[in-house]
Amino acid sequence: MEIFLYTALFSPLLGSLFATLFAAKPKLLIAGIVPTLLLGVSFISSSVLLAHILSTGQVVHVEMMTWMEAGDLYIPFGFVVDQISVTMMMVVTLVSTVVHIYAIGYMDHDKSFNRFFAWLSAFVFSMLILVMSDNFAGLFIGWEGVGLCSWGLIGFWYYKESATWAANEAFIMNRIADLGMLVGIFLIYSNTGTLQYTEAFAALPSLDNETLTWMGIFLFIGAMGKSAQFPLHTWLADAMEGPTPVSALIHAATMVTAGVYLVIRANPLYDLIPQVGLFIASLGAFVAIFAASMALVNRDMKKIIAYSTLSQLGYMFAAAGLGAYWVALFHLMAHAFFKALLFLGAGNVMHAMDNELDPFKMGGLKKTMRGTFIMMTVASIALAGIFPLAGFFSKDLILEAAFVNHHYIIYSVLLFTAGLTAFYSFRLIALIFHGEQRYKIFGIHPHEAYKFMLVGMSPLLLLAIIAGSFKMPYYEMVTALLPATEYHVHSVAVYWAMTIGTQLLAASAILFAYKKYARNNIKVPDGSSAVEQTFVYKLLINQYYIPLIYEECLIKPYRTLSRVFWKEIDQKIIDASVDGIANRFYSTGEATRDMQSGNLSTMLKWMVAGLVVLLSLAVVFAFAASHPDDIKLLLSGLGVQ
Amino acid sequence: MDIGLNHYLVLSTILFSIGLVGVMRRKNLLMLFLATEILLNSVNIAFVAISHYYGDLTGQMFAFFVIAIAASEVAVGLGLLIVWHKRHNNIDLDTMSSMRG
Repeated sequence: MEIFLYTALFSPLLGSLFATLFAAKPKLLIAGIVPTLLLGVSFISSSVLLAHILSTGQVVHVEMMTWMEAGDLYIPFGFVVDQISVTMMMVVTLVSTVVHIYAIGYMDHDKSFNRFFAWLSAFVFSMLILVMSDNFAGLFIGWEGVGLCSWGLIGFWYYKESATWAANEAFIMNRIADLGMLVGIFLIYSNTGTLQYTEAFAALPSLDNETLTWMGIFLFIGAMGKSAQFPLHTWLADAMEGPTPVSALIHAATMVTAGVYLVIRANPLYDLIPQVGLFIASLGAFVAIFAASMALVNRDMKKIIAYSTLSQLGYMFAAAGLGAYWVALFHLMAHAFFKALLFLGAGNVMHAMDNELDPFKMGGLKKTMRGTFIMMTVASIALAGIFPLAGFFSKDLILEAAFVNHHYIIYSVLLFTAGLTAFYSFRLIALIFHGEQRYKIFGIHPHEAYKFMLVGMSPLLLLAIIAGSFKMPYYEMVTALLPATEYHVHSVAVYWAMTIGTQLLAASAILFAYKKYARNNIKVPDGSSAVEQTFVYKLLINQYYIPLIYEECLIKPYRTLSRVFWKEIDQKIIDASVDGIANRFYSTGEATRDMQSGNLSTMLKWMVAGLVVLLSLAVVFAFAASHPDDIKLLLSGLGVQ
Repeated sequence: MDIGLNHYLVLSTILFSIGLVGVMRRKNLLMLFLATEILLNSVNIAFVAISHYYGDLTGQMFAFFVIAIAASEVAVGLGLLIVWHKRHNNIDLDTMSSMRG
């Protein structure tokens, strides 16, 4: 089994290195195909590992080599494939393979085609390191690798000012959170003396509650950055500056799920500190409704989907915080499939519309883009949680978990968010695909994407429909590691009322969205309508003014401070002293260059002068050495020790 | 009056000073070589005298080395001097300034 583990882990790296060979060259189709095939190999190896774990239940654990060994510190490059990581591996490799196939078509006309695949495969490799490592140090390497690759991919079109800005924002936000994560890892090491998951978690119950709480908080800060939880969420929507396949990858498989994975992986820790868990769940519920509300009014297709990711991550954290780790992981998996599908569909629409992102300028696209229309509609139904698609099973479980645990506030917030989710998803679908063809005013001629892109997306379509049926086998498998709590509402009547109620809420939200936005007389909003004048609308379209607050309260003062440091301290003290030393050497050289007249006679004279100086020094020191006591007397008379 | 160590050392010092002045003042390359020889031989005198005074042969051996090296140095130096004279038709030090910095 070890060979499959290594194959699954290292073939994306190989693919990335292969594409790197041609990174600066013009487009080569092979630089896209080879990484895709290698990722397919990785997917097959992951499937073999999954089959192995399903049939035998044995964890595959290897220690490739020692990384650090100093004193008591021992950190190996160790990898583990257990029930949690194999789930993540399946999600990551499957979605990434689809995204790679899709990107061959999507990046067809981009002149940096080869570089794109180098980054994309490296991204997947980092994520695999993150989920497969058997210790916190390896997890952190993957964590940082994912951050770096996301920077390279969000800022892929680096000649666009907004893209580089978004890339830097994502990277800096993540760095802030990573500091918290590092502190958490240090706390674990200093209290348990090891970074291996199994040993560290085994040592946790003997620690006092306060230490555990701090560990939980700091690790969660790291998770907040990667999974874009409030208040570190702004980068996620801005990350839409990257190419669409990257958005699909970031939102579905790699990057944002890392935070949820960390909390799930550290479940023995969070089980011991239910108060932190409750905070995580509350924050999750808050982010769910907070992000969904921003998606209600947004006029950027990709940002709407990005906010829906944020909202769904909130659901996952709500579940994980309440101790329903397997439910969180299940929703992560189901969400990955339909969210990737939704993003790839949005990429098709973007291509068709000449990179236009405002859904108000589209409309009626279902005639020209039949395949994309079906896929995005199915993905949206799944996202809205309508029976029998994937979202129904995973999202209803989260609601039930909240209800059964008597957290009725969290439950009602999540329930209300489910309604909002259905509404904004179908607002988007209605605006893009239904109604009259508003794009004709802008002189756009849409066309469907390449056939092979649609075929490549079809596995996701299938999974978005059937993933719910994996619930029981998945539950059997993953509860070998995670707490096996089944969430059953005791009364049958309440259970059916809840389920049907949720379904009715989502369905009526969908109908309302269709009624409001699938009409034929939709106009492109220009800020004049009554709705756009209301305070709530302005609050939501400006993302609660949070980016503005960050700009005013953090970025501007920081910029001023940096300017002061640059102008006053760096230039006037540090630069000045370094330049001063250099100038001194320069002027000394200028002054003494006359010595080097090239005249042998002059040189000889200088030689004699040097000889005289050295000789007299020798005499002085010889004298001093032979009369040490007199010298000491003389020096003490001068006040020198 | 016996001739002791001091006399030799004074002679050596006087010769060294003469050589030093020659090295600094002379503009003729040939004369410069002569001045260098005077410098080396003044040191040789001091070596031999001190060696004799202490009854230790090391100093005298050192003097032989100095003589041998001085001879080879002059051989090379005179060769260069002849080539220079053939090319430039003089051996004036002031004309040799191609190393000017």
